[in-house]
Amino acid sequence: MIVGQQKDFDEIKKMITGYSRLLVLGCQTCVAVSFAGGMREVEILASMIRMDRKMAGQDVEIVEEAILRQCDFEFLDSVKDLVADCDVVLSLACGVGVQAMAERYPDKVILPGLNTTFMGLTEEMGVWSERCAGCGDCVLDRTGGLCPIARCSKGLLNGPCGGSINGKCEISPDVDCVWQLIIDRLKALNQLEKLEEIFPIKDWSVSGHGGTRKIVREDLTA
Amino acid sequence: MKGKFEPLIIAFCCNYCPSCSADLAESAKLQYPPNIRIIKVPCIGAVGTIHILKALENGADGVCLMGCLEGNCEYSTGNFRARKRVQYVKKLLGKLSIEKERLEIYNLSAAEAHRFCKLAGEVTETVRTLGPIPLKIDNSKI
Repeated sequence: MIVGQQKDFDEIKKMITGYSRLLVLGCQTCVAVSFAGGMREVEILASMIRMDRKMAGQDVEIVEEAILRQCDFEFLDSVKDLVADCDVVLSLACGVGVQAMAERYPDKVILPGLNTTFMGLTEEMGVWSERCAGCGDCVLDRTGGLCPIARCSKGLLNGPCGGSINGKCEISPDVDCVWQLIIDRLKALNQLEKLEEIFPIKDWSVSGHGGTRKIVREDLTA
Repeated sequence: MKGKFEPLIIAFCCNYCPSCSADLAESAKLQYPPNIRIIKVPCIGAVGTIHILKALENGADGVCLMGCLEGNCEYSTGNFRARKRVQYVKKLLGKLSIEKERLEIYNLSAAEAHRFCKLAGEVTETVRTLGPIPLKIDNSKI
């Protein structure tokens, strides 16, 4: 899932300066799981904005809403009346959702309330970590299901480097050396020989270095 | 002006120990300030950030959470979660320039009626000293 983190309140405050009718719009999918953009966070942020405006003696009208997915146009139509009635939409979706809103409602100012951080998973309640870099050419079959692109600090394909110390990365003792994890896992799976094959130079053109990516499935298009 | 100010304080009390200590205080005819309005909750860990903010937004001058003693939570870790959440909300209040002392959390057992009254008095006095919450409030809404 996409993991996000709410922007600092001061930054949000600055963005919404001058607007008096706000739609705070959450997304109930990925960012709700990372407690950054679901209905709960919409209510909290709206409450904070109202209190802040009250103390500043400024009027504000806030509509709170969250839709199932902001990254799909079909879900965006359900809030068209709310969007029409507001001055600005403060979106608590990931960057995809914010852009989808901006595309669907070209005449409306859409502001991002989150920083989209990474693709990852929930390790435990309140802890999320990166797992995929979306490189466009998955190598997990050769690395025991552990991604060296996303989880090695250097993104090495033929690791580990000399900075692997007691299973930890040289950047921090809190960061696992993913190459140590890969070796341990392949050893447990009795597939260590997979590492004898040297990874060739990776084709980064499919990872976004070749420009904005797009997938077209002719069999599915209209 | 501040001398005459009577704060409104919302006390979220866990239905297990703290609510019992409040009931016990009432049965024993002990007195605690009428500024305290108790809201019973199934576990203090069930009190979310939004509940605290809404209380303050809608006119409370202070909020306190009363949970069971550490290690005595009916749901194992609710009181620890609540303590962390209070710290988080204090940070949010800091962003709004609202005094963090308006929010506090305590742990007490079902038998501590006297302590409940003492804490209620302390909270009331702290918030009374701080004065009304710096929002345009209408206490009649609560």
